[in-house]
Amino acid sequence: MNIYSWFQLIFYIVVLLALAKPLGSFMAKVYQGEHTFLDRVLGPVEKLIYRLSGVKSDEEMNWKTYAIAVLLFNAFGLFFVYILQRFQAILPFNPQGLGAITPDSSWNTAVSFASNTNWQGYGGEVTMSYLSQMLGLTVQNFVSAATGMAVMVALIRGIVRHTAKGIGNFWVDLARSTLYILLPLSLVLALALVSQGAVQTFSEYKTVAMLQPTTDANGNTVTEQVLAVGPAASQIAIKQLGTNGGGFFNVNSAHPFENSTPFSNFLEVLAILVIPAALCYTFGKMVGDTRQGWVILITMTIILVAFIALAVWAEQAGNPAFTKMGIDQVQTNINPGGNMEGKETRFGIANSALWATVTTAASNGSVNSMHDSFMPLGGLAPMFLMQLGEIIFGGVGSGLYGMLAFVIVAVFISGLMVGRTPEYLGKKIEAYEMKMAALMLLIPILLAKVGTAIAVASATGLATIWNTGGPHGFSEVLYAFSSAANNNGSAFAGLGANNPFYNTALGICMFFARYWLIVPVLAIAGSLVQKKKVPASGGTLPTHTPLFIVWLIGVIMIVGALSFIPALALGPIVEHLMVFAH
Amino acid sequence: MTSQLRPAFFMLLILALITGVFYPLAVTGIAQIVFPSQANGSLIMADGRAVGSELIGQQFDDPSYFWGRISATGAFPYNAFNSETLTASSGSNYGPLNPALTDMVQARIDALKAADPDNTLPIPVDLVTASGSGLDPHISIAAAYYQIHRVAEIRGLSEADVQFLVDKYTIGRQFGFLGEPRVNVLLLNLALDGIQ
Repeated sequence: MNIYSWFQLIFYIVVLLALAKPLGSFMAKVYQGEHTFLDRVLGPVEKLIYRLSGVKSDEEMNWKTYAIAVLLFNAFGLFFVYILQRFQAILPFNPQGLGAITPDSSWNTAVSFASNTNWQGYGGEVTMSYLSQMLGLTVQNFVSAATGMAVMVALIRGIVRHTAKGIGNFWVDLARSTLYILLPLSLVLALALVSQGAVQTFSEYKTVAMLQPTTDANGNTVTEQVLAVGPAASQIAIKQLGTNGGGFFNVNSAHPFENSTPFSNFLEVLAILVIPAALCYTFGKMVGDTRQGWVILITMTIILVAFIALAVWAEQAGNPAFTKMGIDQVQTNINPGGNMEGKETRFGIANSALWATVTTAASNGSVNSMHDSFMPLGGLAPMFLMQLGEIIFGGVGSGLYGMLAFVIVAVFISGLMVGRTPEYLGKKIEAYEMKMAALMLLIPILLAKVGTAIAVASATGLATIWNTGGPHGFSEVLYAFSSAANNNGSAFAGLGANNPFYNTALGICMFFARYWLIVPVLAIAGSLVQKKKVPASGGTLPTHTPLFIVWLIGVIMIVGALSFIPALALGPIVEHLMVFAH
Repeated sequence: MTSQLRPAFFMLLILALITGVFYPLAVTGIAQIVFPSQANGSLIMADGRAVGSELIGQQFDDPSYFWGRISATGAFPYNAFNSETLTASSGSNYGPLNPALTDMVQARIDALKAADPDNTLPIPVDLVTASGSGLDPHISIAAAYYQIHRVAEIRGLSEADVQFLVDKYTIGRQFGFLGEPRVNVLLLNLALDGIQ
């Protein structure tokens, strides 16, 4: 770690936290229906949307209606993406003439993008037509993010309102999240990325001459390079902002046309966390006590920083096997040093390890380096962050509602310890809320572990492991199911996952991890909204104190560790011991 | 439930039009006017034809050229798209204990040593490892310095002349602190051929 590495990491955290308040206040205004500077342009559009869709924007929904609206909308979206892929060969905007996508891959991708996971079994530039990328994937990047934000806002309303039924109107929350927050930010970010070199065109792929001809696997001489291009920047911007993560190209944000310079890298990695961080402030603002938002943001940041430190340290230390071969892995001003396998020169170690941590703390899953080639502990950091349940910032909206489930559990356990009825923000936490919160914690854990177990117990599951013959192969499978079962989408990409077994199994994990969590969240909202507000008393556990931060971190780490340390011991931990055995 | 069917259908339709048609078209329109070179792949033009992209590396294993990162793309190195095999950008995805990783690294070390037996500089790690994209256009400054002796000798140039070109195609940290300093391999090699 030289001074540049330190400075870049600190700069990142400072900018991220500095943006939380301004963006967070703006989003609070959007969700509370207050006047914003975008009203003049977007207000008429918004009204037109409601009119055409038959939405009565002032109509409140109870939690069941809200849930039905969410599920119907997502079902339509999923179906639409599936159909689009199956028929892309005969649809326009397909200059390379890419063929129809197989049913299992289409299912996987449709679930993946509707559920805000963006797991990709396919390689973008060799699979998806421009139409599929735009009308299928880009659209889902927007609306799946907006779905998560809407559900989170519904939960906040459940906390804020009392003795009521309605938790908002899903169509309004969906439209306002998309129009006022995601769309303007994406437009600005997309253009900034193009300025750095991200491509944005509808032309066919470009052919260029090669300075030195080379030979292909069959011994034929190759004199030309075909450069895959497309309307990439517009998709990359929302893939980052919406914590989606699905790359336009196979190698995602490691591709120079997706992420061309260190500045584009900074913007993209900032975009991953900026909305989840700001939503913490929005939460505090909407519950009328911004300290409550800061507590959650600080909790998330502490855990994030710890894992960034682990990943950067592990990667910068490098691979002992390389040292034995006489390779210079020492970082200097002219040598990035460390484990550069699978990493891009322009990003070096610090920016690659930072990204790996951030993208898995959030449920983003885009990558700017190949996690499969990380050192064992460098790869453990992203894997464990996903296994914590995508609550350390997490997905837009979904990260915060996941974190609030942990808050409920933390409050509940502390209530049991002192023998008082637990309460949070003036609402009694009772058996029903606790059951729903427990479901939210347990479902992803169950999916990840059972999925991994089935895969490694079956010949089909083992057949497409890339790094065979050791703990790393197990890590590939564990990573894949941890990713799908927490709606992250990143991968140890060596694993061959574009086959019926993994497409189906991971698709099922992504589906349940998303929708089986949204329903309990809304159920909690529906239960809380009916309750009376109880004034804080001497027996109330204050949830805005440093003590609560420590307590919450403890609960998160204990649940995560108890659930996954045994599995991690079989993968990255034993691999670490093997790498450093000599 | 049925009362939500119409909004579900029309909201998807309208939001799809806004975010999946208008938005990418707007970005494309503005990008093509304001940043035409970047939006179309940052192509390098020479004598009216495209000889590469500033952002996409090319394969070099001739000792008279600077070599880039190892590329693990399918079909052939630095393959950004191949329509026959449907392969493109890719990393090696070798784990740290995979024997294939050390084999790949050793092969590159052997090639470097064979092309320049007298070179006693330590070999920088980025010169013997595969990039994440398989298309990395850059190497570290150390990796370029390591190769100056070989390229100068084969081309009959002074090391100072080659060093001058390396420095010319060196990109510093952006805004003085972001990313890693690096050398654009294709631009450097094009310039080398230009001065011969």
